[in-house]
Amino acid sequence: MSVALAFDGVTCVRGGRTLFADLSFALAPGGAALVIGPNGVGKSSLVRLAAGLLRPTHGVVGVAGERALLTEASALDPEVPLVRALEFWARIDGRMDMVEEALAAFDLSAIANIPVRLLSTGQRRRAGLARVVASGADLWLLDEPANGLDVSAVAMLEAAIIVHRARGGIALAATHTPIAIHAAQHIDLGMSSSWG
Amino acid sequence: MGMMAALITRDVRRAWSGGGVTLVVAFFLLATILFPFAIGPDAALLARVGGGVIWAAALLAALLPVERLIAPDADAGVLDQFAVRGISMMSVAMAKIVAHWLGFGPPLMLAAVAAAGLLDLPGTTLLAVEIGLLIGTPGLAALAVATSALVTGVRGAGAVAGLVMLPLAVPLLIFGAGSIEGGAGAVKLLAAVSLLLLAGAPFVAGAAMRAAMD
Repeated sequence: MSVALAFDGVTCVRGGRTLFADLSFALAPGGAALVIGPNGVGKSSLVRLAAGLLRPTHGVVGVAGERALLTEASALDPEVPLVRALEFWARIDGRMDMVEEALAAFDLSAIANIPVRLLSTGQRRRAGLARVVASGADLWLLDEPANGLDVSAVAMLEAAIIVHRARGGIALAATHTPIAIHAAQHIDLGMSSSWG
Repeated sequence: MGMMAALITRDVRRAWSGGGVTLVVAFFLLATILFPFAIGPDAALLARVGGGVIWAAALLAALLPVERLIAPDADAGVLDQFAVRGISMMSVAMAKIVAHWLGFGPPLMLAAVAAAGLLDLPGTTLLAVEIGLLIGTPGLAALAVATSALVTGVRGAGAVAGLVMLPLAVPLLIFGAGSIEGGAGAVKLLAAVSLLLLAGAPFVAGAAMRAAMD
């Protein structure tokens, strides 16, 4: 099964408000998309639609391959050391071998034994990204991945996305801060939204 | 079933290390001790009502952890992560019921021995209470998880949880306390109620968790 993510005529209505209508795009292996637009325009909803957490009001969301999701919430248990928290998900994904690589990719190896609750905002976001890397999933769905990251951490994120795409993976990132993703489709929700 | 084992292990660890187990046991013993203060130190009377007292205290103690069974995982994005991995909320609910029982049933049954000592219950009554708790606490755990899922995201969830859970737990209380003197018939009815709750709760909890994501 080849990896793919496709939106076909997707309309998203939340709380009686149409966030976006008739949105279509398709991503093939190695593809990437940047979802941009001002706050409240539906970027997070688009990511949750792609993740299967929301159902589209109209249209079809087609997904082939395993998904990994990054949201505001890191989903890492605060009281356990970072490496244990990551291993919980890696064990479920059957990718225990990926944890070390993921920690290294975001320069977290040195703080792997510190409880998650003691991490700073930026470190926690990097930990969330490490969880995405460690999942070994084909499809990365990233909601504001650069939030709280410093310049060098943004560079780590960009590098991780390059490696992921080179392996045939797909990345979709919703962001209001610039991230350099080579040859990414731009999905500008600011242009297509309507307020009703 | 790697996911089930991982989730059960994690939830049991969190219950024991987070002090939740100690809290439930302490509350249970405290609630039991309140009755002698209220009705006086009449040994014969206490021996007669003691079994029922333990059951009522167990029910109240079961309410205590309801707020932290599902809501923290919903807030931390843990449920979203399960959903993205294609794990159904019903399996998550089943794992949570097992984990919650492990951190609730056995400690309560141990504490019941102490409670029986405090109330000066005869050994036969204690045995009947323990058998009843063994059969009834899985149903109580299932009900707690379902309630927890239903009230997640509600303001003042703790108070609402009591209103949702206590009426549904009344059959467990009736047949649980009844089994002390009622014998095999009441035990069978207690088992039936417990089984019904165990069978229904994963569906209710799963649907509630799924609905909360939309």
